[in-house]
Amino acid sequence: MAEPRPDEMEFYKQEELVQIDYTPPQTSWMRTPVDFRPGSWIYPAKARHLEYLGLANPREWSPLDEDWKLPEDWKEIIFEGMRERLNKYRSFKLFMDICVRCGACADKCHFYIGGGDPKNMPVLRAELLRSVYRRDFTLAGKLVGKWVGARELTPEVLKEWFYYFFQCTECRRCSVFCPYGIDTAEITIMGRELLNLLGLNVNWVIEPVSNCFRTGNHLGIQPHGLKDTLEFFAEDIEEVTGIQVEIPINRKGAEILFVTPSGDFLADPGTYTCMGYMMLFHELGLDYTWSSYASEGGNFGLFTSHEMIKRLNAKIYAEARRLGVKWILGGECGHMWRVLHQYMDTMNGPADFLEVPKSPVTGTVFENAASTRMVHIIEFVADAIRNNKLRLDPSRNDGLRVTFHDSCNPARSMGFFEEPRYVIKSVCNHFCEMPENTIREQTFCCGGGAGLGTDENMEMRLRGGFPRGNAVRYVQEKHGVNRLACICAIDRATLSTVCDYWAPGVEVTGIHELVANAMVMEGEKERTLNLRLEPIERGEGVS
Amino acid sequence: MNVLVALTALLLLGGIVYLGVEIAGLEFLFGVIIPYAAVLTFLIGLVIRVISWARTPVPFRITTTCGQQRSLSWISPNRIDNPSTTLGVLGRMALEIFLFRSLFRNTRNELREGENRLVIGPSKWLWLMGLAFHWSFLIILLRHLRLFVEPVPQITLLIQSLDGFFQVGVPVVYSTSLLFVTAATLLFVRRIVLPQVRYLSLPTDYFPLFLLISIAGSGIILRHFIKIDIVRVKEVVLGLMTFRPEAGGLPVLFYFHLFLVSVLLAYFPFSKLVHMAGVVLSPTRNLANNNRRIRHVNPWDYPVKTHTYQEYEEEFRGKMIGAGIPVEEEDNG
Amino acid sequence: MSDYGKIILGLVGFLVLCTSPFWYQVLSSDGLPAPELKLPVGEQGCVESKEYMRALHMDLLNRWRDAVVRDGERIYVSTSGREYQMSLTGTCLGCHTSRADFCDQCHTYVGSENYCWSCHVEPINLRVEAR
Repeated sequence: MAEPRPDEMEFYKQEELVQIDYTPPQTSWMRTPVDFRPGSWIYPAKARHLEYLGLANPREWSPLDEDWKLPEDWKEIIFEGMRERLNKYRSFKLFMDICVRCGACADKCHFYIGGGDPKNMPVLRAELLRSVYRRDFTLAGKLVGKWVGARELTPEVLKEWFYYFFQCTECRRCSVFCPYGIDTAEITIMGRELLNLLGLNVNWVIEPVSNCFRTGNHLGIQPHGLKDTLEFFAEDIEEVTGIQVEIPINRKGAEILFVTPSGDFLADPGTYTCMGYMMLFHELGLDYTWSSYASEGGNFGLFTSHEMIKRLNAKIYAEARRLGVKWILGGECGHMWRVLHQYMDTMNGPADFLEVPKSPVTGTVFENAASTRMVHIIEFVADAIRNNKLRLDPSRNDGLRVTFHDSCNPARSMGFFEEPRYVIKSVCNHFCEMPENTIREQTFCCGGGAGLGTDENMEMRLRGGFPRGNAVRYVQEKHGVNRLACICAIDRATLSTVCDYWAPGVEVTGIHELVANAMVMEGEKERTLNLRLEPIERGEGVS
Repeated sequence: MNVLVALTALLLLGGIVYLGVEIAGLEFLFGVIIPYAAVLTFLIGLVIRVISWARTPVPFRITTTCGQQRSLSWISPNRIDNPSTTLGVLGRMALEIFLFRSLFRNTRNELREGENRLVIGPSKWLWLMGLAFHWSFLIILLRHLRLFVEPVPQITLLIQSLDGFFQVGVPVVYSTSLLFVTAATLLFVRRIVLPQVRYLSLPTDYFPLFLLISIAGSGIILRHFIKIDIVRVKEVVLGLMTFRPEAGGLPVLFYFHLFLVSVLLAYFPFSKLVHMAGVVLSPTRNLANNNRRIRHVNPWDYPVKTHTYQEYEEEFRGKMIGAGIPVEEEDNG
Repeated sequence: MSDYGKIILGLVGFLVLCTSPFWYQVLSSDGLPAPELKLPVGEQGCVESKEYMRALHMDLLNRWRDAVVRDGERIYVSTSGREYQMSLTGTCLGCHTSRADFCDQCHTYVGSENYCWSCHVEPINLRVEAR
């Protein structure tokens, strides 16, 4: 057997990984250089993707190189970029000015908890930028420099930025605890925007962005590939239920455009959730369509720059307009919903060519989406269940002891707590919560969001996933939990690794997989298999 | 190291007063000119700072939601921690400003080695210290109004009698004096004792604490030990208030107290102390989470380069037709 | 920038609040109000020096109270060697007959609560009662 490599889970011994040393180094953080050890950083963006997108400084380079091949006037570019953003974003300017370094955020970051590197304390992550801001944008910094925490922008500082702004998943957990609401996601977004001005990005972000720009989705699935994928799902659905579901793609005149993260097309367990959507729409007789052009709800632009969010997100409204749908329905995804909820309408709206969403099944008008005209599928299905429009047999999920992972963005950028719990409880008989400081607005990130969920970053993913994995293991041991439900495609991909490592035996699922398994469909054959094609275990005496 | 920098700065300030007043006899400078300049710096500096924030747009509505959203009619929303209306935002901001709501959520982690377990529980100490510190500071400020206004406002008299309720000592010891010094000292001790907090602290984190502790300390000495001639103090202060300044007749410690207050005022707009004004403007707290209901407009929005459907179909038309996916222009396939 | 106006309004409010003691003082009084003490006529001096009494009379009274109430001592020997009865009503109020004209002048001026009167009765009332 080959020795495991740093991009493999097995490389990391759990006993060693949990020996977390929280003692800060002897040298002050301003004079502690970055250590690019394998497993803790992500391969840089490939030149061809940057070129395709028209981004700055396309070239081949590595963070391990001494020379990062920066443009001649890189300092000027950064200062100009900071100046521009300080004048455009009150959040940025304010968050540079008002932090008192009380340290309330310090131990709220999953990377800090799991790694102990002080620069992963949100406050110090922000200080990396703030120290430069003070030196070049404030009077005191210009006058007395380091005595007020100011320092010069050097290539070493830039390397720190690259390392630590790609060690933040923009999960906003620290922002919940900050007495001034300082949001490290906002800092990281700015930091990454500045890095992008110099062509410093990671391929795990830029390749999906480039794919999405061209093919409509992060994975680069072309239209015929999308159709093949969905047909393949339809075959599995037929095997399980005996029902043939239709696959409308780019169908003009449909009532609803459905958009979901493309991760659900490719990898288990997301695929089962995707099948769940298809079955739900069939059962409810929804007049809907997929789009191959807007075949991505996720938006890795959020991990690049505001401009890139807008460039990618524009497709959704454009496609809704072209197809002439009435409103848009969105699948289970985390950062996708941050973009849809907090950015889409502002960036690419107004969506006045659409109608205020109204469920054709229950007649419920979704007033909360009156302007954006896009509804979360969990809101939609919760409403359908509440109005008894679905026949459900939760006992089909009796083999599962389910807990729910609140995905960061729906939790802290929407407040999406009760809807998913209502749906899970409607389709499962066995549900329990993880400890209260690890759920809802205090939920822990999977450790792989914001473009960090790649294997070469394995050490940081496992460390970042530790708090979540630890909570999962707690309910696994205490309540026999064997299934972790979530409403995020990145979660479905990365939490599988986190669970395999920290709570082996717990598998990850999307909520619509649970819904589809419990849903009694019109004309279905007797269900003996679930969507994973495993035999269904029914509990004893469960009504 | 950072502590020493801050301490040195404070000692320097003390030395300046001593030399200035006691040796050089510059009572008018320290008693009149510097306080006036400090107040002006505070007011103008703070106004400039807030206006510079206010002129910076809020392009996106980026509320941090800490409770259930308002969505379906049968799910009850958390109107304060996830406000969807202006009223809710006012409630959230009031809780934030007056009771430090977010800090109240603070937690503490414990890594139980051996069993590889992380335990997270509530931690209220920082919240309690912060609350005690800020509230007693405010009350002390309001108490000082008796020296700035004639006749003394009723509110000040009321606060005084509540604050000195236990009537210990002559003059009466105010509970907020003790609370303030205790809380400020604990906040300092916390910075020193917790390795993480010490690691992230800058000289500018210690300096205001030292400044405030010295101001409070000198005030307490003036009141309870030196028992300064308070009538003379009020005459001097009222002189300043009515722009008929006169200095003199007061001990050097009074000038020390006054000078440090002046330093605090002048330092305020250029330091982290602006969090006082900034907290009100924080976009993650002061915006309603009604993004999908009401459109937020970005004042500097600009068109961006997108990949249009036409460009997309151009590239994939053949494959789309082959797969039976509808296209706009059949003929070019 | 729709909130710009609101912020300016809030800022103006803050400025008014901050500077209100100035306005109040400048607008409400035409001269510099100062305490006017009616001193007893024909007396040589107080128990201790004027400077001492100004700053520390409360201290002295407190010590007198403790001495009389707790230790039963009634005689105070001043720095100059004179003996006084340690008595607020007898000694102090014997010369300073009016609370309003003497004590309250300063105490009201600096807003300092004078809790002698929560037990002791004002001399003017004494005289009224005596009549």
